[in-house]
Amino acid sequence: MNYAKPKVLVFRAAGTNCDKETVYAFEQAGATVDVIHINKLRESPDTIKNYQIAVFPGGFSFGDDIAAGKIFAVRMRHELGPQLNEFVESDKLILGICNGFQILVKAGLLPEPNIQGEYSQKVTLSDNDSGKFDDRWVWLKSFSNKCKFIPAGELIYLPIAHGEGKFIPRDNDVLAQLQANDQVVFRYVDENGRPGGFPINPNGSVDDIAGICDPTGRIFGLMPHPERHIMPTQGPHWTRLSRKSQSGGMKIFTQAVEYFG
Amino acid sequence: MNIWRIELSRTAQANDPHANGILHELKDFGIESVTSVRHSRIFLITSDAPKNQIDTVVNELLIDPVVELARVDLNAPPHHDTDSIEVHLLPGVMDPVAESTEFAIRQLGINVDQVRTARFYQFQGNISDAEKSLIASRILANECIEHVVFGSAGSQPPPEPHDYQFQLRHVPIRDLSDDQLLELSKKADLFLNLDEMRAIQNYFKTLDREATDVEIESIAQTWSEHCVHKTLKSDVEYRGPEGKKFFKNLLKSTIAKATRQLNKKWCLSVFVDNAGVIEFDDQHAVCFKVETHNHPSAIEPYGGASTGIGGVIRDPMGTGLGAKPIANTDVFCFANPDTNFEDLPKGVLHPRRVFKGVVSGVRDYGNRMGIPTINGAIWFDTRYLGNPLVYCGNIGLMPKDKALKADAKPGDYVVVLGGKTGRDGIHGATFSSGELTAQSDQEFSHAVQIGNAITEKKVLDVILQARDAAQGCLYHAITDCGAGGLSSAVGEMAEKLGAEVDLDKVPLKYKGLRYDEIWISEAQERMVLAVSPENWPKLKALCDSEDVDATAIGTFADHKKLILRYEGTQVAQIDMDFLHNGLPKSTRKATWSPKQLPEPPENSSIDLNDTLKKLLAHPNIASKEWVIRQYDHEVQGGSVVKPLTGIVNDGPSDASVVKPLLDSNKGLAVGCGLNPNFGQIDPYWMAACCIDEALRNVVAVGGDPKRCAILDNFCWDRCNNEEKMGTLVRASLGCYDASKAFGTPFISGKDSLNNEFVTDTGKRIAIPPTLLISAMAIVPDVRKSMTMDFKKPNSSVYLIGKTLPELGGSHYWMLQGFTGNSVPKVDFKSARAIFNKVHSLIRQRIIAACHDCSEGGLTVALAEMAFAGGLGAQINLTNLKSQSGITQSDVLLFSESASRFIVEVAPEKEQKFLAATQGLPICKLGNTQSEKSFIITDSTGTPLINESIDTLKTAWKTGIKM
Repeated sequence: MNYAKPKVLVFRAAGTNCDKETVYAFEQAGATVDVIHINKLRESPDTIKNYQIAVFPGGFSFGDDIAAGKIFAVRMRHELGPQLNEFVESDKLILGICNGFQILVKAGLLPEPNIQGEYSQKVTLSDNDSGKFDDRWVWLKSFSNKCKFIPAGELIYLPIAHGEGKFIPRDNDVLAQLQANDQVVFRYVDENGRPGGFPINPNGSVDDIAGICDPTGRIFGLMPHPERHIMPTQGPHWTRLSRKSQSGGMKIFTQAVEYFG
Repeated sequence: MNIWRIELSRTAQANDPHANGILHELKDFGIESVTSVRHSRIFLITSDAPKNQIDTVVNELLIDPVVELARVDLNAPPHHDTDSIEVHLLPGVMDPVAESTEFAIRQLGINVDQVRTARFYQFQGNISDAEKSLIASRILANECIEHVVFGSAGSQPPPEPHDYQFQLRHVPIRDLSDDQLLELSKKADLFLNLDEMRAIQNYFKTLDREATDVEIESIAQTWSEHCVHKTLKSDVEYRGPEGKKFFKNLLKSTIAKATRQLNKKWCLSVFVDNAGVIEFDDQHAVCFKVETHNHPSAIEPYGGASTGIGGVIRDPMGTGLGAKPIANTDVFCFANPDTNFEDLPKGVLHPRRVFKGVVSGVRDYGNRMGIPTINGAIWFDTRYLGNPLVYCGNIGLMPKDKALKADAKPGDYVVVLGGKTGRDGIHGATFSSGELTAQSDQEFSHAVQIGNAITEKKVLDVILQARDAAQGCLYHAITDCGAGGLSSAVGEMAEKLGAEVDLDKVPLKYKGLRYDEIWISEAQERMVLAVSPENWPKLKALCDSEDVDATAIGTFADHKKLILRYEGTQVAQIDMDFLHNGLPKSTRKATWSPKQLPEPPENSSIDLNDTLKKLLAHPNIASKEWVIRQYDHEVQGGSVVKPLTGIVNDGPSDASVVKPLLDSNKGLAVGCGLNPNFGQIDPYWMAACCIDEALRNVVAVGGDPKRCAILDNFCWDRCNNEEKMGTLVRASLGCYDASKAFGTPFISGKDSLNNEFVTDTGKRIAIPPTLLISAMAIVPDVRKSMTMDFKKPNSSVYLIGKTLPELGGSHYWMLQGFTGNSVPKVDFKSARAIFNKVHSLIRQRIIAACHDCSEGGLTVALAEMAFAGGLGAQINLTNLKSQSGITQSDVLLFSESASRFIVEVAPEKEQKFLAATQGLPICKLGNTQSEKSFIITDSTGTPLINESIDTLKTAWKTGIKM
């Protein structure tokens, strides 16, 4: 099939709030984008078949009441399980940003898809070690050769804005498997690409992990916000004349769209 | 019915940041006996579902299995060996998590009757009973909304609210004596004076009947200081240094008059709607409103501040046909967080707790709404101890053709949309119109509201869809439910028309509310819309599709009366004319004369190096990073100049710039000015300096001073005598003169009077008169915005503007314990020329950095520019001495003279800069350098200040320790 201009579905629910800028980023990358409320998808779940990329954007879905992304995730399992399963199996892409990453992890789409039936959560995103919501800019280095959204070896600068972003695997085996499978996509680093403590790793994430993908590299979740650094004036240093413009998040959207080129 | 008690606690391996935070706070409060804290989340689920379904709820919905363990008990609490404290919400207090949990359990197809949540804490250590009660009351719980159990609580159901049996209640008012009228006003919390009570009495005499309770309440709400601003709108006979003056309506003849006379065509809607509206571009308008939520925040900081921001967000949503909120602002005034516990009067929360609670409240509401919080300020003064100030602002963007206030049409339904109505927030409008006392926390706890941001976000989502519906806007008019609840919202919308409302149709959170409580409740997250019968089904369907409650509760009718019914019985009928125009006008007297305040003796032995570090660490000046980072200031993707800036993103921006449309480079600069210290000397110059500061801030980042609009927020104490009233007049005159002279119109404003606290021993602590000026200015092209950090070594550093011997009200003198008299004055003509020139220097990219001089004077500004840019500076005072004619170095270094900027000019731009600034007061101060030392020398070359920028930055970053 030829997807000249892939169609992107951006999920929306009560409390979703990064949908507009996420839509804009995908449009800039050349995609056609629809934003659909999950109540509508419950009525016609097969709608998602019309799309090539499904995106869970940032926000505070259902207030993050109970835990970040939890209610959204539970509803996905119960209302869209078979459809998401089919989506995952048909060479399509899923992206979760911030709250969207929390949803992917809690719905059983990451670290490997297990959206139907019994599942046990293998990783979580929990309260930042600081105990507080934190808005700050972080350097990220990409490590995975299989992630379809970004190649390995990139150093990019993005903002985080979350209170529950500490990546925690259930145990060492889970972590070892993620590493062995090349599923660690982003780690928090300094501007030279080296690891460090707070604030280089802003939330205490285990192994400095900021984003992971599934074993196919087609499902990707990350805590930082690539859609908030797609033009120079969004960056924090663009008024400093001596610095060249910093690499932001646009590549993630472009590469996702190009996957269907 | 079973009550399941689910306790979720962290596994031994998992870090518990919440418990760590409690432990940290215990140490802050001097409680050393606690060695460890554990924290659990409690869910109490009332349900007849079988155990396996409850297990499903726990395993699928409630627990995070990676970091938590669950314990499920039926009807009884488990036994815990350690000291433990459990905190429950009082019945009727909003519990968003419980609401969401109920919703989600039902989505799973499982029956649930009710969910409640609680927090459970276990403590290790040798803790005395006295300490336990301190921990509970000072750290874990606020007894005005919460209930503390020592040990763990049994799973009793909460007290069931009683059914309400309707009974119409009359208030015999016609035959009351003056004393009895005043007694009625006091007993019913009406906060009305004798003239006003008499006017009501006469009205009902004319009608030849007694009043009902809800009629009296409606009138009291409409006539409250909070809703009608009767002090600022009263006629005033004033005597001051400028002679005698009579003001017919003080507000109209000062602040609003300036706007009228300036008559800017880009001002689209001023002083008539919920927010002031200006043109943004050819297709869009922006509106701005700032409110205060002081009294609720004093009693319950978290709830007070979150509903403060939640409330002001609804103002733009209810302006014109509805705006999309694009930015929040917040400005706080607190007592010093280091205040001793022993110095706290009874009924006062510790300022550290107020500070933390207020910031958390703004954070949780603003972040959940997805609105960036981009500008603010914090001022500390002991007089805010019992009465902190919490200013919250919101800016909205809307299509230009939907910017004007629209009218309801006869026959339209009165539709209430959003949150359900409960007993929360009853008497908020009148409560804020009186002073706080040691008993206020008990008497007015029902005035405290807890917000639910997601309810408001859902309301916003459907309103913007209804506004932009393909077939045209689905409603004729919209307003928010704020102070005074439905009474104010419907009363205002129906002012020129009339309305009939069936109070029993209003959806309630729980049963048992009386009809009058329904009418005046200030429950949050509600909007009122006028919807034609043909559009109502469409709007209702839209709301249903996104789980938003919308109910038609009455109709607008062309009979100029407010008619209320309950279960078919009429409970009120008031003429709109009396409701809105019956308030007796009063004439107040006011006087003002300058006072002579003591000044410090000249002292040449002060260590200026040390003084600079102390100034940088002064909480008014010190970094507010602890606060700023807790706010999402980048959501919506429009952030251009961030509140924190510089090479490592931690320098203090003068103002923020946002770009509200992703595909346009037009932007908005948002800043503010506040300085109650100047007001101690002369409220006139406080007002002028605050306007000057707000303008300086927006100009420094690239805002166009010719396209700038401002807002006033007066927070005063009781204006019950001539002198107090005089300070209000004097500040209003300053506002008028500055607004006129700068050509900068006021577009909206608000006042909050009676900001004082009466202790249990009868001592009054009044706040200093505090005026906040908020400014927004158009940035023609955000790609030419400016930040304050030094960019490169070997640039020239210039001061633009005149430095005068004006240490009165300065932080330099504050450090020495003095206020003094030489308050900074604004030379309006020169200031206006400077602002216009700085704007053109920025647009032409002639300067590389720009920072305004405010608290701490030019030295603090220079130091901030240096450490924000990671560069040192070499400054010499020779030029400045000869330019200003001032010989004392400390005056030059720390005077807080107005209308000044420091700019960085790259060597290759210096000729252009000098040519462009001819005729302006400019002065070369020195240059930037890569060596990280900050050196200021006097004309002989002797170093006055020589410090590393890292040391200066550390002083600045550690001034506020939270």
